[in-house]
Amino acid sequence: MLTVSDVAEKLGLKVVVQGDLSEIVSGCYVSDLLSDVMAHSKERELWITLQTHPNIVAVAVIKGIAALILTNGRNPEPATIIKAETEKMTIMISPHSTFELAGLLYSMIKESRPSQAGPS
Amino acid sequence: MTPRRIISSALDKGLNIIAVADHNSAENTGVTVRAGRDEGITVLPAMELTSYEEVHVLAIFNSAENVAAMQEIIYDTLQSGVNDEFGIGYQLVVNELDEILDFNKRLLIGATSLALGELVKNIHALGGLAVASHIDRQSFSVISQLGFIPDDVSFDALEISYAMDLPDATVQFSSYTGIPWVTSSDAHSPGDIGRRYTNFLLNEPTFDEIARAFKGERQIEWSQE
Repeated sequence: MLTVSDVAEKLGLKVVVQGDLSEIVSGCYVSDLLSDVMAHSKERELWITLQTHPNIVAVAVIKGIAALILTNGRNPEPATIIKAETEKMTIMISPHSTFELAGLLYSMIKESRPSQAGPS
Repeated sequence: MTPRRIISSALDKGLNIIAVADHNSAENTGVTVRAGRDEGITVLPAMELTSYEEVHVLAIFNSAENVAAMQEIIYDTLQSGVNDEFGIGYQLVVNELDEILDFNKRLLIGATSLALGELVKNIHALGGLAVASHIDRQSFSVISQLGFIPDDVSFDALEISYAMDLPDATVQFSSYTGIPWVTSSDAHSPGDIGRRYTNFLLNEPTFDEIARAFKGERQIEWSQE
């Protein structure tokens, strides 16, 4: 079982807003269309995106996302940080591209579930 | 899509007032406004802008000066790069005779570094109207990119594309009733002009009257072919 804090540590993510880092991660969803995330992400997944608008926090809260990860070193807008602090939604930043980060995360989640074929 | 062809198609369709908008550029607006004036059609200079989140926003202005000022802001914040004329197509700058004056080499398909809220504030600061483009589309719309319309972004109207009928829009966008809805052809070729239009019941076909309609002071009705 992986926690948000395990992921942050192993992938060297910069935690910009700290929510509940002990939350157990169920998987990951990758998308930059918030309408798509609303439709397809699942509870306690990590969400990898390039979007930095405050609406990412609202969508993450509605969907019960474990933590947000912004790629390519993108920084959240100031209003996004404020909203995330209010909602206690973790936001982390990775210098990696979305593809690289998703690859690393896929392996990590797969290894954390030895009995299963891979991330669901 | 050249000024004369736009105006002649608009005349054929019986349109009184149109807006012309290239993506992230206004270089062909002046010439089209003048071509319309000669034929008795009001042409409002506009641009379809791309925010940092890749939300398309239609910015409609009341003067050549204001649309030019907006273009300057956009050119300063547009991502750098050169247009691929084979992949994307030629980005022409033309005159009243539909003759080519220049090729715009900028990456007009790209995004600006202005976040949606900032972009809309800039439009308003220049006296423009900000319309959320094709909110029913799966790409480049405020709803596709951001999930829902943020409370702190004050659009003057929402545009529903020619692909969606009013009854469907009424069901899908029932939560956005506090703001006027318009529909338009979003024509990218002359044959598409007028495939969808909005009836504005105005005293005269002017920018100010359209602005009043967006404030609820003039009636707005949908129509389709």
